[in-house]
Amino acid sequence: MVDRSKVRVVIAKPGLDGHDRGAKVVARALKEAGYEVIYTGIRQTPEQIVETVIQEDAAVLGISILSGAHMVLIPKILKLLEEKGLKLGEDVAVFAGGIIPPDDAEELKKMGVFEVFGPGTPLKTVIEAVDGAVKNLKGFRA
Amino acid sequence: MSDEVKGLIDVALKGDKKAIARLITLVENDEETAREVVRRIYPLTGKAYVVGITGPPGSGKSTLLDKLVKLAREEGHKVGVIAVDPTSPFTGGALLGDRLRMQRHSTDPGVFIRSMATRGSLGGLAKATNDAIKVLDASGYDLIFVETVGVGQIEVDIVKTADTVVFVTVPGLGDEVQAIKAGLMEVADIFAINKADREGVEMVYLELKMTLEFERDKWKELGWEPPIVETIAFTLRGVRPLWEAIKRHREHMESSGRLRERRAFRAREEVKTIIASSIARKVEERLASGEAGELIDEVVEGRLDPYSASQIVMEKLKEDLWR
Repeated sequence: MVDRSKVRVVIAKPGLDGHDRGAKVVARALKEAGYEVIYTGIRQTPEQIVETVIQEDAAVLGISILSGAHMVLIPKILKLLEEKGLKLGEDVAVFAGGIIPPDDAEELKKMGVFEVFGPGTPLKTVIEAVDGAVKNLKGFRA
Repeated sequence: MSDEVKGLIDVALKGDKKAIARLITLVENDEETAREVVRRIYPLTGKAYVVGITGPPGSGKSTLLDKLVKLAREEGHKVGVIAVDPTSPFTGGALLGDRLRMQRHSTDPGVFIRSMATRGSLGGLAKATNDAIKVLDASGYDLIFVETVGVGQIEVDIVKTADTVVFVTVPGLGDEVQAIKAGLMEVADIFAINKADREGVEMVYLELKMTLEFERDKWKELGWEPPIVETIAFTLRGVRPLWEAIKRHREHMESSGRLRERRAFRAREEVKTIIASSIARKVEERLASGEAGELIDEVVEGRLDPYSASQIVMEKLKEDLWR
């Protein structure tokens, strides 16, 4: 079992939509589960998000997006992470949430996102998925 | 020390943010590694000036800090920020939300922002805050802001950390009795009354002024009377005067020799804290032993008083400590 209180999670909200209820609910749920959660606030650029992951030394990045721009913004974030030398699934685990159609979700998973959560996902499911992803990271493997 | 940590330090000292971030995690998570890291980087520290921002929750510390970082950057400082928020005593989790007020600085190569959770510390900072400051200091950040958790009255750890302490308050928190109570009010070098467009700002000003008046002799002797600056972080009003006050205080600290005094106090506190925490750990280890368990049983059953039991344990501790 991973000591959650030593795992840092960044919850980020890229793009122009300001609907951050979902991001805050997930951030709070992960906090309640014992994680250390950093919330970036709304309207973040991919560069800001990646810099936040780096400076906060986060193991997990959750991206919340409801604007429809997920197939532009999420791949850009993933690319920037890799460029900065952070390997997906090794150094940092990335998940997404919001209004993301199933086909796009599949596509994102192929790119290295470990899970995509839609509206109505039980918080327990999110927490368990994060637990699972953390266990597979280089720094937390038993 | 492991080669990995050594390599990390070398890269961090060159300014690599990923390595700096990783080092802060290490000093935060593991006491043994913290010792090694600090030992190695300590000769490179002491160059940074540390400004503490403290005050009650919601007073606007992070927003003010965001504006101060901008002014500091304009004057060419490399700025480090450590923003502390509380860990839940119930779940061990934390929601660190100071950073979101300063996100525009995230991509500035001359700024490093790190959120920190208190992880059980009660003094307004995290246990590893001082070590994190050292990492930033050694890595070339010459001005470091430390934002405490939202504090009440007695969380005065910030004096053991900062060269200049700014206390941020807001109108409407209480009457003048609050201002004359002991604690935080006594450690501030500068007062900022934020949200100064709100009703009651004159009252807060007068109350602070009166409190300071009581200690006129003390300030005279020190050669520094804490200024009171009214600010509205959101519209920038008063932010530049606050920044100027910080710079004036720094000048005063440096020219009067008080900086040296304060750092001596700090070094002493730091040494004391490290000793106390080492001893506390040994005490825990001792008490976890079966032998101690029997003693505790005797205390429960009334055959031994707690003072005598402690005496016996302390005798044994001697061996643990000098081993």
